[in-house]
Parts: sequence; C-alpha cells; structure tokens
Amino acid sequence: MDINTLTIDAARSLVQSREISARALAEAHYAQIAERDGAIGSFLTLTKERALAKAEQIDRLAEKGDSLPPLAGVPVGVKDVLMTRGERTTAGSRFLDKFIAPYNATSVEKLEAAGAVVLGKMNCDEFAMGSSNENSAFYPVHNPRDTTRVPGGSSGGSAAAVAAGFAVATLGSDTGGSIRQPAAFCGVVGLLPTYGRVSRYGLIAFASSLDHVGPLARSVKDSATLLEVIAGRDPRDSTSADVPVGKFSAECGRDVKGLRIGIPKEYFGEGLNPEIRAAIEQRIDGLRQAGCEIVNVSLPHTEYAVPVYYIVATAEASANLARFDGVRYTTRSPQTKTLADMYRRSRDEGFGAEVKRRIMLGTYALSAGYYDAYYLKAQQVRTLLTRDFQNAFTSVDAIVTPVTPTVAFKLGEKTDDPVAMYLNDIYTVTANLVGVPGISLPCGNNSEGLPIGIQILGKHFDEATVIRLGHAMEQERQ
Amino acid sequence: MKVTEKDVAYVADLANLELTTDESARMVADLNSILGHIDKLNELDTSNVEPLAEVLSVLASTERKGSEKFAYAQRADEVKLGLSREAALFNAPDTDGSCFRVPKVIER
Repeated sequence: MDINTLTIDAARSLVQSREISARALAEAHYAQIAERDGAIGSFLTLTKERALAKAEQIDRLAEKGDSLPPLAGVPVGVKDVLMTRGERTTAGSRFLDKFIAPYNATSVEKLEAAGAVVLGKMNCDEFAMGSSNENSAFYPVHNPRDTTRVPGGSSGGSAAAVAAGFAVATLGSDTGGSIRQPAAFCGVVGLLPTYGRVSRYGLIAFASSLDHVGPLARSVKDSATLLEVIAGRDPRDSTSADVPVGKFSAECGRDVKGLRIGIPKEYFGEGLNPEIRAAIEQRIDGLRQAGCEIVNVSLPHTEYAVPVYYIVATAEASANLARFDGVRYTTRSPQTKTLADMYRRSRDEGFGAEVKRRIMLGTYALSAGYYDAYYLKAQQVRTLLTRDFQNAFTSVDAIVTPVTPTVAFKLGEKTDDPVAMYLNDIYTVTANLVGVPGISLPCGNNSEGLPIGIQILGKHFDEATVIRLGHAMEQERQ
Repeated sequence: MKVTEKDVAYVADLANLELTTDESARMVADLNSILGHIDKLNELDTSNVEPLAEVLSVLASTERKGSEKFAYAQRADEVKLGLSREAALFNAPDTDGSCFRVPKVIER
C-alpha cells in the first residue's frame, strides 16, 4: 500500500478485507502528518480522539464481517470553515481561535455517517477570503509540489493535504474558485457542485449566494463518491435544492462519444500562460479523438465577471460577518467601556487585513448613494453572465476551460496588490455567479514540473456529465 | 481618487471597524485601486436588465409563480428543540450563566 496515492475504494477495501485496520490506517496518516506537515502547514487542528474512536467503530463492523458504508475507514480532512461538534473551528481567523463548534455541519455529519475518519481541520484563508492561503491568521500553507509556492486558496490546506499524502480526500468550500484553483495548483481533483446541491448548514458563511461545499480528492471517481455522500436536500438549509441525487460514481467509465463540448474563446485570450494553453488544447484534442464534438462558443460577458464577483461577494460578506461582534463568538477586546467601543475594538483586533478590506468594500457598495452604481449594477451584469451560459448550453453539453491563468505563484508574490490577486480568479468566479457545477482536474505539468489544471463546467444539476467527461480525460492521460 | 479618507472613516463607522491611521491610508489606496477595476462595469448598458440576487429563482420550476417556486423550502410551523442555552452560551466571552453579558449600552 502506498499511502500517498491511496484512493477511497482502495482504502475501503483494505479495511473491509481487514488487511489493515481503520485505526492503523489513521495512525499511518498521523505519522506522515507529524513527519512532514511542519513544512506544509495544511492542518490547523488534529482531531485524534474523534478519528480513532470512529476508526475503532469501523474496525468492529469489519470484524463482524458486516458490509461497510461507502467511506468506511477513509481518512479525510475538513476545511476549517465547517463546524465539527466539540472541535476547534476557526475559519482561519484569529477571531475564532478558541471557538468550539456546538454542532456538526450537515456535510461533516454525512461524511462520518458514511464511515469517514476525520483526521483534522484544514488550514484556509481567513473566512475563505483569498486565492493563496496567505490570509490564514495562523500560518500560510506551502505547496507540496514546491514549498516556495502557494497551494492556492482559499481551500489551500484541503488541496495540499490530498497532494502530500496526509488525507485520502478532504472537504473544501468554493465561493469564487476556492476548491478548483487550489486543486489545480496542487495537482489534485476539486469538484464544485451545483448551487444548492450540497447543504451549507454548518458552513461559516462568506457570501451566501455564492458559497458551495465540495470535495477535493485524488481521482474524479473519488470526488464523485464523496459528492454522492454529501449531496441532497437538507431541511436545515432552505437553499438546498430538492433535486434527486444520482449515482455519480457510475458515470466514471461511461462513453463520452457524441457529447458536444463548448470551447469559449474568452477563456483563451491574452493573459493565459502559453504552456497552460498547450496542455488544455492537448486534452481537447483527446476528447475529439474519443468522439466528442468540439464546438466554439462565446461567453461574451466573461471579462466583467471579476468586477461583479468582488461587489456581490464583498457586499454579502459585509452582512454575514456582522455577527462577529464580541458578544457570542469567543473574542472580545478587553477593557472597553461601551457597547459600540467593544464592537469596534473586537472586530479590529480579531480580523486580518483582507477581511477588513472586503468588509469595507462591501459596506461601501451597499451604502446610500453607491448602491445603484455598484451593487445593483453588479446584480444586473450577473443576469447577463447567466444568460451567456444559458445560451451556450443550448448548443453544448459541457464547457472546457483553463482553471487559472498561471501555475502556482511564489509566496509573497501578490500579497501587496489586491487587484492582481483577484484577477487570478478570472476563470473560476463565473461558475459561482451562475451557479453551475464544475470540476478541476490535473492535465499535465509545465516545464518546471508544476501542475496544470483543466476545468469542465456543466449545466445546473448535471454533475453527471462533468464527472463522465472528467473521468474520460483522466483515463486518456494515463 | 474617488474614495477619500473621509469616506473610509464613514464606511468604517457603518461597518463597526476601527482602523488605525496606517490601515486607513492603505484602505484608501486599495479601495481606489479595486473600484478602478470595478468601474469596467460602466461599459455595459444595463438599463433594461433585471438584477439577479441568487440563482435558485432561475432554477426553480417555471410553472410556479412567486413564493410557490420555493414550496420545498417551507416546513410545518412546529415547535422543535434548538441549540440548548448552555451550548449557545458556551463560546461567549462573558455571561451571567443564563444570558450574554455586554458593556453598558446607554452612554451618559
């Protein structure tokens, strides 16, 4: 067994056949973490007691010879924006340094009910705001493929841990690319479910009309298996959709012949690194050879997506983060005399620079006199972006694009220029604004050996086609 | 420059943030730089375009109207147990054992 490349099915069948106990598997992962995570920084908290109790429960089932649930004994990590009952849950923020979650997020509850062993909580940008994981209040995450580089963000710890062999799979969250971009930078698979597909109950909210919970994994099939487990209507989240959940993993291996694939010219313009372009074109060629019909499409409002995103996301964030007021969530500035003073000082001390910047931008965009010029305008352009996709999907089944304009950049390279950092999200934010599902999967390495990702976007609630195509692409590459 | 230090002070007040002088100067520069990029939206004529706040309304059944579209999100109006008082107060910085405690609200 190579712990660094273990997949869900392999881990589960080792545990089922009792070749290895779930406990020993968890301990082997903890040993790797102890040895190597010091240089990566992917975990913020280890939940050993919880993990070993779960592993032992799975081992007792295996001993009895019972058929085990789909994630039995699979060691996973959970991004620290998801609530884990009784465990420290920080959202990467100083504000929540000592916060103990009073309940489980639905996605975490479902993972554990399916037998997964939660090893710990993954590092991330503070409140999931960032594209490099350098906004974590605790420590940055380093890319396991080159530790001088960022792992991407905001689910940087979730991607790095899967790449480094610390967890077979992880949960992340994606508001503007936060699952797909780190997956691309670290050379793993990241799946963005349709808006409403996975419950957000227990997800610490950033921008409620854009937030998604989704998996990061080592294969398209693993990501599909995880989606099957976490998807579905949840009465505790009124925005979770009442749409049947398919057998997504069964899409892996289905023929892709005859599928129509849209290539939007706006995603291949200036600014796209030539090596990434070449790698993507090679994969598109592979799809053509597999019998897909390649169609040129246009998503004409693409260049407006980043400005729309940074208005909508920050406006919603400014409202969501109002709850951090010094009353309920652990942090309160000492020795403040009035309530107003306490609010201000607590927030000033608890929040980092990027979070303050986004609260300020969002508050500005919503304030009297600017609402129409910024917030309303952004919502109108959001309609145009949605129409772009509706039009494209009348002639194609899926859309293939790059995930990022460049490969993983160096730590510190973009921290002084917020606009340069935001533009890194250019190919990912639109899916969140429009609510469509997508996947980011490895599509080769550049000349320096750094991973390149490719993105497949599908119609609303058609994760099936995205997974089918992703798996075909993965097989073609091997 | 569109955003001035005065604007930043006003918005910080709305957002209940206290910014230091250094933070405030940096914020003026950052907001202007970001808003400069966002001004790109003015290239588009959106006078006849409906705003979109969230996509579920687009996805919800087109045969149903208004709130009927979201019938699935409704639930019976029944009393159910929520988070216990003890659990709700657990993370609070200051309580009297049954309520959150905060500094004086009325300034005199």
